[in-house]
Amino acid sequence: MRRYSVFAVAREALRFHAGWGRAWAAPEPKRKYDVIVVGAGGHGLATAYYLGRNFGIRNVAVLEKGWLGGGNTGRNTTIIRSNYLQDPSAAIYEKARSLFETLSQELNYNVMFSPRGLLMLAQTEHEARGYKRTVHANALQGVQTEYIDAARVKALVPIINIEGPRYPVLGALYQARGGTARHDAVAWAYARACSDMGMDIIQNCEVTGVRSAGGKVQGVDTSRGSIDCDKLAIVVAGNSSVLAEMAGFRLPIESLALQALVSEPIKPAIDVVVMANTVHGYMSQSDKGELVIGGGTDGFNNYTQRGSWHHVEETVRALVETFPIISRLKMMRSWGGIVDMTGDRSPILSATPLGNCFVNCGWGTGGFKSIPGSGWAMAELIAKGAPGPLAAEFGLNRFREGRFIDESVAAGVAH
Amino acid sequence: MLTLTCPCCGVAAEETELAPGGEAHLKRFGPGASDEDFEGYLFARKNPKGVHFERWRHAMGCGKWFLAARCTATLEVFGTYKAQSPEPPPEIIAAIKARRPDWKGYS
Repeated sequence: MRRYSVFAVAREALRFHAGWGRAWAAPEPKRKYDVIVVGAGGHGLATAYYLGRNFGIRNVAVLEKGWLGGGNTGRNTTIIRSNYLQDPSAAIYEKARSLFETLSQELNYNVMFSPRGLLMLAQTEHEARGYKRTVHANALQGVQTEYIDAARVKALVPIINIEGPRYPVLGALYQARGGTARHDAVAWAYARACSDMGMDIIQNCEVTGVRSAGGKVQGVDTSRGSIDCDKLAIVVAGNSSVLAEMAGFRLPIESLALQALVSEPIKPAIDVVVMANTVHGYMSQSDKGELVIGGGTDGFNNYTQRGSWHHVEETVRALVETFPIISRLKMMRSWGGIVDMTGDRSPILSATPLGNCFVNCGWGTGGFKSIPGSGWAMAELIAKGAPGPLAAEFGLNRFREGRFIDESVAAGVAH
Repeated sequence: MLTLTCPCCGVAAEETELAPGGEAHLKRFGPGASDEDFEGYLFARKNPKGVHFERWRHAMGCGKWFLAARCTATLEVFGTYKAQSPEPPPEIIAAIKARRPDWKGYS
């Protein structure tokens, strides 16, 4: 792999940028791999990367039915935070956030991590108390957050209307090292690093069946032929139930459409991420100047990557109320992604009823921020066959045993 | 926008009039059932990419629950029927088979 650096830019500038080469290879699938990861989104690629980096397992294939990072990795609102209430969630999301801090250097690829600060507005007394509780929990978990008053919110976000007609801003849960990153670049960076370790990233390769014998996984059938493996990792977000059915079990997952939209680009207006959970909307400004906006999910099962119009209307209405200055902006694009929702709004990193088959799913509306931590924990689970400390609480057995990790408040709307 | 015809009042209701209620025909096992059965009833979902049977409530209309057969991959609606049905009625099955000849059937 050619290192990206200022010297490489200078060298290529002198020869018409003819020498950059491909960032990752496009190999034909081999007959057999040690580990097959299904799904070349952020989570799948991070899983493969940490398998190689932390455990030296490099005979790995990442299979992708479409193109790399073309699912939810390319469709989210790129927000990174770790201000969760429950200990297991705070641990894995903070691991992810801390890995983001040095991800560009580690992968030699600019993922544009921007710890610009993140505010979750408290707009009811109930919400204010809830966030104060979260701040206290975060203090014990080693996650740096604070509760700030309305005047400080106004100072951080001058365009906000803190005396809103329905829900005045009472304060906010503030995570100064939360922020955003470039979502595509995260997938591309991991893909390049995986390819450099000799792993095969195989795009346009849809898994059509899972082969097993004696209760153990043998391999997968794909649109590009049959491939054997010792271990299989299913990391396919909204399509998890489809893969699980091929593997012969059911998951506590429902697939819903979640929408996002961006405005026309404007000059810098807001340099933090703001989430308004009471009125259902969140917003940040991209480096291109577009306001990136997200809201709530539809309530019914859906695989179409399109959502219902009235949710867009609700979200925009909430944000116009919170930021009256944006009321004349045109919206440029809207789109949907299929999110995999669990009952307790926490992910599943787990062994499955099928031997040597593991799942990483259920990140629901908040998968992007957890990509490095998720890959880290999933790689450990696959390599050792048993979860490490980060994944231990996120097993499938928690549903039978009633040990839910209830994040429906933290994750309710904004994620 | 998704439009479902309420079998109770006959109104073709738009999505904003309706409240979704998740998978239909879940089987609740009685006393003495195993932990697996109860876990399955509470949490495990088919969540298919394709034909899906689900519960809806005509919340902003007559207020009654009903069931619908819908395709999650195309948002096509095959029909709606009474909430009291223990399994999809034959006319709904026929309507699905007419549109999806290679559908494996209700199980």
